[in-house]
Amino acid sequence: MPDHDLPGRSRPVGFGNRFLLYLELVRMEFVNNLAYRSSYFTGIFNYTIQIGAYFFLWDAIYSGRRAIGGLNKEEMITYVIVAWVARSFYFSNLDRRVAVEIRDGKIALELIRPYSYQMVKYARASGEAFFRILFFAVPAGTAIYFIRPFGLPPDWQAGLLFLLAVTGGFVINSQISMIAGFCAFFTQSTSGIFRAKRVIMDLFSGLLLPISFYPGWARDIIKLFPFQTVSYMPNLIYLGKITGGAVLHVILLQLFWVAFLGLVSVLFWRFAVKHVVIQGG
Amino acid sequence: MSKQSGFRQDAANHIIIFFHYMAQYIKTKMAYRADFFIYVFSDLLQQSVNLVFILVIFTKVPAIKGWTRDQILFIYGFFLIPFGLYSGFLNHLFDVPEKYVLEGELDRVLLRPLNAWFQVVVETMNPELLIGTLTGIVIMVYSGNAMGLVPTWWDFPLTLVLVFGATMIYAGVYTFLASLGFWTEGNMGLMPMVYNLSNYGRYPMTIYRGPVRFILTWVLPFAFAGFYPAAILMHRYEYIGYALLTPVIGILSFVFAYRFWVAGIRRYRGTGS
Repeated sequence: MPDHDLPGRSRPVGFGNRFLLYLELVRMEFVNNLAYRSSYFTGIFNYTIQIGAYFFLWDAIYSGRRAIGGLNKEEMITYVIVAWVARSFYFSNLDRRVAVEIRDGKIALELIRPYSYQMVKYARASGEAFFRILFFAVPAGTAIYFIRPFGLPPDWQAGLLFLLAVTGGFVINSQISMIAGFCAFFTQSTSGIFRAKRVIMDLFSGLLLPISFYPGWARDIIKLFPFQTVSYMPNLIYLGKITGGAVLHVILLQLFWVAFLGLVSVLFWRFAVKHVVIQGG
Repeated sequence: MSKQSGFRQDAANHIIIFFHYMAQYIKTKMAYRADFFIYVFSDLLQQSVNLVFILVIFTKVPAIKGWTRDQILFIYGFFLIPFGLYSGFLNHLFDVPEKYVLEGELDRVLLRPLNAWFQVVVETMNPELLIGTLTGIVIMVYSGNAMGLVPTWWDFPLTLVLVFGATMIYAGVYTFLASLGFWTEGNMGLMPMVYNLSNYGRYPMTIYRGPVRFILTWVLPFAFAGFYPAAILMHRYEYIGYALLTPVIGILSFVFAYRFWVAGIRRYRGTGS
């Protein structure tokens, strides 16, 4: 896209122009990432090793057993692989990037620009996500399929709805990351918060083990949070365990959380900007 | 001065300087006290992930390939002890290829009359992560108790020897990988991979297939940093041969890796800036 299509400084920025701007950012981030594609190559090995650890573990857990938590062995192995491959798509460093910009004081410059800071970040995260699908998730999934074939969705509708739900998971995960990143307004070192966030996501999104494995009281608590819409529910759609109207329920639930988290992050942002102390430098 | 006392003097110097670094470290951390405690707490939380995983799984199954909940917990507990030592002191060998070689930080290190490896370790240590070691001890004691394990007198010195050996394995593997940075000039992304592989050591080797078990025993010997020593400490003597090899493998891997490190230092020419 040529430069003159970008909104000028003096012109008021209309909705259409703004949309084009964000689209351009998506494209830019995608191209930026192309320069680093080799670093994603090692990422594929990395994920394979991670998945391998859980493969052996689940293989042993299921030895001599039919079904646990509503899933049989093959379904469980598919679950683990799909969960990790999907993560390779929806994962982003949004939290770290936001935190670095806040800590370095770059955020001050962002505040005077005629666009929404959050939207710019989401646009960039989307560009990276597109890149990750093509250069990470798809090759990783294919490579793993050759090492250990896993189940495919029962029909193409389930596959399509899975992609839709994972996209919702990506948005929700990005929003959670954004909110975690904003914590940098209030604390100097955010690594502790990010680690805590990762623990919560690993356990309660269903990445490490299906939510159906938890005891009833824990499931009741997990239900109150958006985490399980990121991994657990999309994975069950993939497996054909959530079908028909229940899928609609998942999508609506995701929409609810997107709206809720969007509101939280906007309010958090406004509050933080009012109380911001830019690091001197 | 004889050579003997020269060595003694040198060792004493290193120990004194270690405590100086430690004092500085505590001062910097105490400047941002709240952040420090959040960080330590999040580390505990991180160890709890695997703990939760094990506990939840065992609400659904009585055993994994014949290993009970308490046995699996015991192995994880032992695994955490050398792992905590590694996290506290050796984790940032990760930084060597980028920070020390590529960016040339090593120039400064080499100008000082102190062992370079030692300096890198004390400059980048995070001793608060030793808390993992403490968690490990608690888990071991709890699960050992739960399975009715009665420790013999030699279990205590044996634990020390095994922990030492296991820590040397981490030191060896990561020193080796860090030293590769002298040749490749930059990070190759190998370290995260090996790090993920090291997590395989916290489960019984019997759950892995032949080739994986072979790699974990003889190539990247993380089985000696978790399962084998833990097995002998819970008196599963069928693994005694492997378990007793732990310190040998540990010392061998570190000596080999350290030689490699020294060769790398000789090769290092600085960044020229």
